[in-house]
Amino acid sequence: MSRKPFVREVSKTGWYLKHPRYMRYMSREVTCIPIGAFALLLVCAVERLAQGQQAWDSFVAALTGPWSFLGMAVILAFSTYNATNWFNVTPKAMPVQTGEDFLDGKYIVGAHYAVWAIATLVVLFFAGVL
Amino acid sequence: MTQLKKRMVQLEVLRYDPEKDKEPRFQKYTVECNEEWVVLDALTAVKETIDPTLNFRWSCHMAVCGSCGMMVNGEPKLSCHAFLRSYEGVIRVEPLANFPIERDLVTVADDFIDKLKRVKPYLIPKEKKSIAEGEYKQTPAQLMKYRQFSMCINCMLCYAACPEYGLQPKFIGPAAITLAHRYNQDSRDGGRDERQEVIATNEGVWECSFVGACSEVCPKAVDPASALQQVKVASTIDWFKEHLLPGGAK
Amino acid sequence: MAKSNKPIFWSLFAAGGTLAAFLAPVLALLFLMLSLGHAPDLLSYAKLHAFAAHWFGKLFLIGVITLFLWHAAHRLRVTCFDFGLRKDSVVAIVVYLVAGIGTIVTALSLLRI
Repeated sequence: MSRKPFVREVSKTGWYLKHPRYMRYMSREVTCIPIGAFALLLVCAVERLAQGQQAWDSFVAALTGPWSFLGMAVILAFSTYNATNWFNVTPKAMPVQTGEDFLDGKYIVGAHYAVWAIATLVVLFFAGVL
Repeated sequence: MTQLKKRMVQLEVLRYDPEKDKEPRFQKYTVECNEEWVVLDALTAVKETIDPTLNFRWSCHMAVCGSCGMMVNGEPKLSCHAFLRSYEGVIRVEPLANFPIERDLVTVADDFIDKLKRVKPYLIPKEKKSIAEGEYKQTPAQLMKYRQFSMCINCMLCYAACPEYGLQPKFIGPAAITLAHRYNQDSRDGGRDERQEVIATNEGVWECSFVGACSEVCPKAVDPASALQQVKVASTIDWFKEHLLPGGAK
Repeated sequence: MAKSNKPIFWSLFAAGGTLAAFLAPVLALLFLMLSLGHAPDLLSYAKLHAFAAHWFGKLFLIGVITLFLWHAAHRLRVTCFDFGLRKDSVVAIVVYLVAGIGTIVTALSLLRI
């Protein structure tokens, strides 16, 4: 009897299309693109700030408008999606054991949401929005 | 006695005969089943009444042995744990994904077995004790540190679900790394350093990108994804200790 | 096989991801308001310059920007592989180089404020 195992090929570029579970994973992963773009924007912002008032003002002017609004909306949406995903999986990476039991994940997740809310409010207050 | 309700079930099974076929092909079967049956029962009915050449692995029929893993409608499942009542229409049955097909629904599990051996999934005692010295004692709290991860039945559904294993066959994989973690977390064990040599590598835990599919398909709620993230945290702390502390203190 | 050097990048990814989770949305909101012509006080030259001149402001800005950069870089490295861009060593060099340059530019800019 001869053996001739058959290897099924996996698409290197389209595997994630095959199951909603993988699509959810990829949509989480691609949040790095808007967040990375935002980070690079902040690099530019600090650079312009260092160059002086005129440089900063023209930077702000360039960022005013519908395309910029769209871009920031995308960044806001993706960074929020990243946040909710991140908080929900944190208990998996760092389980807290108290005696024989493990702290229910919902407390760890809840604590993260609470910190998120507080941090948001603090920043908004400090920024003069609130 | 209550009459058991019958149901005609249509299966579409991926067949492969290494002696005759160049590549796998689907074959349709229509078989009478009881409503309460699982996919494994349907396959058994096919084998017994329609086509004795159909090959598939099974043993306990109660989701503890890990033998009957296969793809049911594209999802990794234990066929003894996939209830017919959960499915409508034609049920597509294929061998477990990401493993070579030996014949019909039987896969070549060698790669998994090999990786399992490499992680040394057995107790390497911190201090050897003779029988006369008595048992290794462990508190319930110490047991809880690893108990969940000891529930693995080596069914390989997690390997079928893991896209990174599909893309990079060298990846040691969810179950093997989880079992390494199970022993690393065991208070009686002293073999962590040896296992780290295997799992703290690029082919080890660092191939994992926390897709989480493994935990979603695990029939025993082992949560391998969680184990792997814990291994990443522990390995990262190791790395900083080795690189930042004088003398590479552990 | 030798132990991986991924931990350093992964820890930056994890720290950056945590910080981004807490702060990126609200910071994006500030810039969203700016795009509408209603820039918050903090994004005026006077206030922001004063903030960046203070040691805390410098620490905040270098911390946030650096960690966002390295988080995105590492995740992009993995995502490229998932999308089929399999030359991992090349992708790694490119993404970490960009993150590194961003870090240095930010540091140099802040030193001038």
